[in-house]
Amino acid sequence: MANIQLRNVTKTYGAVTVIKGIDLEIRRGEFMVFVGPSGCGKSTLLRLISGLESISTGDMYFDGELMNNVMPSKRGIAMVFQSYALYPHMTVYDNMAFGMKLGGSSKSEMEARVRRAASMLQIDHLLDRLPKQLSGGQRQRVAIGRAIVRDPRVFLFDEPLSNLDAALRVQTRLEIAKLHHEMRDVTMIYVTHDQVEAMTLADRICVLRDGLVEQVGTPTELYDHPNSIFVAGFIGSPKMNFLDGQFAAPHGCATLGIRSEHIDIVPQGAGLWTGTVIHAEDLGSDNYLFVDLGAKEPVIVRQPGKVAIPEGSTVSLMPRAGLLHRFDESGRPVQAPLAAE
Amino acid sequence: MTTTVTAPGLRAARQETGLQQQRARAAFWFLAPMLLMLFFVAAWPLFRSIMFSFTDATANTIFNGQSEWVGFDNYLTWRVRDNGDIRWRGVLADPDWWNAVWNTVRFAFVSVTLETVLGLLVALVLNAEFKGRGFVRAAILIPWAIPTIVSARMWGWMLNDQFGIINDLLLQLNLIDSPIAWTARPDTAMIAVLIVDIWKTTPFMALLMLAGLQMIPRDMYESAKIDGIHPVKVFFRVTLPLLRPALMVAVIFRLLDALRIFDLIYVLTPRSEGTVTMSVLSYLNLQQFGDYGEGSAQSTLLFLIIAVFVVLYIWLGRVDLSGERS
Repeated sequence: MANIQLRNVTKTYGAVTVIKGIDLEIRRGEFMVFVGPSGCGKSTLLRLISGLESISTGDMYFDGELMNNVMPSKRGIAMVFQSYALYPHMTVYDNMAFGMKLGGSSKSEMEARVRRAASMLQIDHLLDRLPKQLSGGQRQRVAIGRAIVRDPRVFLFDEPLSNLDAALRVQTRLEIAKLHHEMRDVTMIYVTHDQVEAMTLADRICVLRDGLVEQVGTPTELYDHPNSIFVAGFIGSPKMNFLDGQFAAPHGCATLGIRSEHIDIVPQGAGLWTGTVIHAEDLGSDNYLFVDLGAKEPVIVRQPGKVAIPEGSTVSLMPRAGLLHRFDESGRPVQAPLAAE
Repeated sequence: MTTTVTAPGLRAARQETGLQQQRARAAFWFLAPMLLMLFFVAAWPLFRSIMFSFTDATANTIFNGQSEWVGFDNYLTWRVRDNGDIRWRGVLADPDWWNAVWNTVRFAFVSVTLETVLGLLVALVLNAEFKGRGFVRAAILIPWAIPTIVSARMWGWMLNDQFGIINDLLLQLNLIDSPIAWTARPDTAMIAVLIVDIWKTTPFMALLMLAGLQMIPRDMYESAKIDGIHPVKVFFRVTLPLLRPALMVAVIFRLLDALRIFDLIYVLTPRSEGTVTMSVLSYLNLQQFGDYGEGSAQSTLLFLIIAVFVVLYIWLGRVDLSGERS
């Protein structure tokens, strides 16, 4: 429901500046994911938007309304914490109704809202239980339900899946995606360090690094056209291969990036590079071959299905044309077309 | 045929119980020194004390074995006089004893209540973030760190009717007309004792509760903040219920201490009818009057009264001492 604008926002704790001037617009009803390595300021940025931390300098607007000094409770937000932050001595129902109960809503209205949120998340049968009687996934759903009950215009998620095991994480990810689908007009901001979560959930991703925005764009834009080595290396799994020196020079760049699925194994002598397979990982659906070309790090080549290439054998590799990423010394993409290409 | 089938299973079962037994035996040997120690420093003296309470032991007879078994005479006995009157004797018929019981219970109730409330207030302040918090946390412990004898003497001087600073202050503020002999007057002696005890012990309560407060995740408060819940309501609906386990344990510690109080009263208000507690009375009988029989009876009753209070408290408060429910 809200369009959020950040204008040159900074946050300083004593001598340390954590957020170093961020300009960002989050569109109404958008699912925006903040992603970055730990310490990049993504959680702090979320806390600035929630109002739990105050902005040091700069301005923040919700639908054009200045929010800098507005109390968290007056911003129309709801937040899902990494630890769930459920009150251990209250039942699921009381946890979900707590904010409203004291907000002066009528009893029947309150109950209707809690029941509706509970049925959306399929936790109707858990309403009388205490948090300690629930599994991790159920607790997370209660925490989300509590946020839904608030009927917010902005939904904030702070690494909500980090405390769940891998299988449950995939399942809950799906439920959050579904929730976003059902609540189309609610703006959602989601913080994670997991680029897979970012890729699968986001309408747009904001990659943060050292308190600054590195790149904002749709998952596809970030994957196909990273505008720095940092984004190129951060988005995508396995990590993009980087080659420099003699491998990069013929392409007119300082560093050459190529994703593992964009390299083909070709008949001996037909490839651009030749190397030795030093290790192979069989994931069932895919094979990752680690090929030593004589560069600093082995190149990872992703081969679909089963491939029978024994370790120690020599292979010839051919990167697919047009899918090479070229970066200059400062890590920015090289724009100038290469004459030879 | 059957035996050959079940034998491996049986052997496995036997092996497992063997392992369990081995563990239990090891645990016993590790515990043995402590059990032995506890027996000598706790169980045996307690047992001796209870035994003495059933004898007529005095300072002269206690070590040469000439004391005699008198049953419950130290507790309660009666004699019918020639004129038909019944004369009751023993600790339970002694008005001094009941005065001491009343003093002890009154002192324990008032001091623990005030210390809990004040301690909680201090803990809430110390739990907030401010500059120099570490220093304040350490400084607040000073009253607790001073030996009771020293603080009792110190306060004795401050409360003195002729030279005391407290009377001087009150006189200068025109709150009183003439100096008050705080520790000597029967109606103010208990107040004096309470003031010193609260001054001394509030920091301890505050620290125990601060530890409890710090266990409450910050997320709980932030979630309430986003919900816009009034801080007073957050305190009663979130902080207090989550602090309850720590609070209950802190209160039980203090209650035990308060019911046994001796040193402060013995130094600050010696021989005052208004403050003499069970411990003080029993000490006077044992050490000053040499009446080991009656003194032991009083000690035993003190032990029983404390036990009753603690059991009631744990039962009514459903205190989770084993930690199994959390």
